Amino acid sequence: MSVAVRGLTRRFGPTAALRDIALETRPGEFVALLGPSGSGKTTLLRILAGLDFADSGTVEIEGQDMSAVPARARRLGFVFQNYALFRHMSVFENVAFGLRVRPRAARPGEAEIGRRVRALLERMQIGALERRMPEQISGGQRQRVALARALAIEPRLLLLDEPFGALDAEVRKGLRRWLRDLHTEMGLTSLFVTHDQEEALELADRVAVMEAGRLVQIDTPERLVEAPATAFVAGFLGHAARLPGRLAEGALHFGGVPLPPLPRAALRAAPAQDGPVLAFIRAHEWAVAPAPEGEANATLRSQRPAGGHAHVELDLAGHVIEAEAPLGLLRVGQPCRLVPQTARAFAA
Amino acid sequence: MTPRRRDPLPGFGLSLGVTLLWLLGLVLIPLLALLLRPLELGPAGFWHSVTEPRVLAALRLSFLGALAAAAATVPPGLLVAWVLVRYRFPGRRLLDGMVDLPFALPTAVAGLALTALYAPNGWLGAPLAALGLKVAYTPLGVVLAMAFVGLPFIVRTVEPVLRDLPREAEEAAATLGASRAQTLWRVVLPALAPALLAGFAMAAARAIGEYGSVIFIAGNMPMVSEIAPLLIVVRLEQFDYAGAAAVGVAMLALSFLLLLALNLVQRLWRRA
Repeated sequence: MSVAVRGLTRRFGPTAALRDIALETRPGEFVALLGPSGSGKTTLLRILAGLDFADSGTVEIEGQDMSAVPARARRLGFVFQNYALFRHMSVFENVAFGLRVRPRAARPGEAEIGRRVRALLERMQIGALERRMPEQISGGQRQRVALARALAIEPRLLLLDEPFGALDAEVRKGLRRWLRDLHTEMGLTSLFVTHDQEEALELADRVAVMEAGRLVQIDTPERLVEAPATAFVAGFLGHAARLPGRLAEGALHFGGVPLPPLPRAALRAAPAQDGPVLAFIRAHEWAVAPAPEGEANATLRSQRPAGGHAHVELDLAGHVIEAEAPLGLLRVGQPCRLVPQTARAFAA
Repeated sequence: MTPRRRDPLPGFGLSLGVTLLWLLGLVLIPLLALLLRPLELGPAGFWHSVTEPRVLAALRLSFLGALAAAAATVPPGLLVAWVLVRYRFPGRRLLDGMVDLPFALPTAVAGLALTALYAPNGWLGAPLAALGLKVAYTPLGVVLAMAFVGLPFIVRTVEPVLRDLPREAEEAAATLGASRAQTLWRVVLPALAPALLAGFAMAAARAIGEYGSVIFIAGNMPMVSEIAPLLIVVRLEQFDYAGAAAVGVAMLALSFLLLLALNLVQRLWRRA
């Protein structure tokens, strides 16, 4: 199952929700659309499903142009953010809906519908709930019902809008793993929308990062973290400190903060031209050590243990910097010397 | 002595007392008076009074007419609610306000207007008469007037439910392969059914008691187009107070049974 989107643009009044989006998925892939709210990811998903329409550009599914195909003929599974279960129908009837509305010739018999629905409910581990009404089950269970309902029509592509958005953290973690396994076992091709970078990086084969209606980078999680294409991607992924600076004389000079310059050779990414830049430095890319008053450039604000090290927050001339330090090395309020080992710089 | 339990919502005693007093004065005592009055006739006299052919015909017209009118109001009421909720167009607020006109208009004015319109020489009455359809001064006219006053009930009960109906449910139905008609029939209408039934019950109840807007267009021919409330007035004018109250009691009992039945249907629906 492959999707190809080309030159997709969608405006709502004067604002462009999507600008010139190009995206291709491969069969069996799990793709995340990641971006802050208002970046257009849900609009893109809705256009794929036929629930919204592009002003220009094309959507092809399995090589077939979708512009004249209504939502009901696309055979795509769509899981809504709030699940949109039919409140007056039992769990069983919700899942059976897609089979019951088929034209008579393609509609399976009652026994076959029952068999298929029950198999799906079993697969979703909610077999015992078939007679319950949607309001009588928990959020996580509703999510599974919504998934089962979408899968009942044997969709060519599964689209999920913020699939874990309405769930609490504990349920979310469990369901994430389960959804990943389900995707693999059933050989689905799925596209899901999220604003949670951890969710995207953990689940997806490839992540498409969206910013203000544009698709700024689509890559594997590893590539995305290692080689962000723009300052936005670098800032959005991986909890990096963002500091203004200047590239000049073969080094990165920080502006407004007492940090020593970093030579170009130490930078993981930098524009070829000298000039003003935005530098991103992740927590593990700092070196922190206690220092006497004269050499210190930062103060420890707080720390908490995280795995084998301490996660520390330092005050660097008014900027809050997150870094890692050996456990027990620092005390709160202690003057420290903070030095970046590397950075990613993007032209500002 | 046990310590008094503290209530998180104080004022229960006072509010219940006021409510009961209010109900007593406005509803219970008048109803009791209505029930007591026909006792003067004795059981046989009461039975005779309410089973007169003219009374039975009037009761039949009032109740069947009201049910027919309420049923006939459901589709247009639903449509008006749908248009008001789902579309934005110039004049929407005007239409929204007009829906309540049957509430606000003095019923006699409505009755006169309908009569003028549907009389055999009226704007609509004349062409309909040419087609062989007589509206004014027939049971059809009675139902028409009842439907007129019932419309706002359907619209106003369905509207909030329709507004709260998530669009996603319809979109979900579409992605699952349902046609627009299937979506309306299987997703939208069932969600609206309880509201429609509630609106139907209110419209029917209002139509049963409707007097002013009906009597002008009805023509009030005994056995044909005479409604029960009019019969009560007729008996009052003949100083037959007990007889008038007897018809009132019969209406009360039938209305009560009707609302009970509709309530039962609603409860069954909720369980299904």
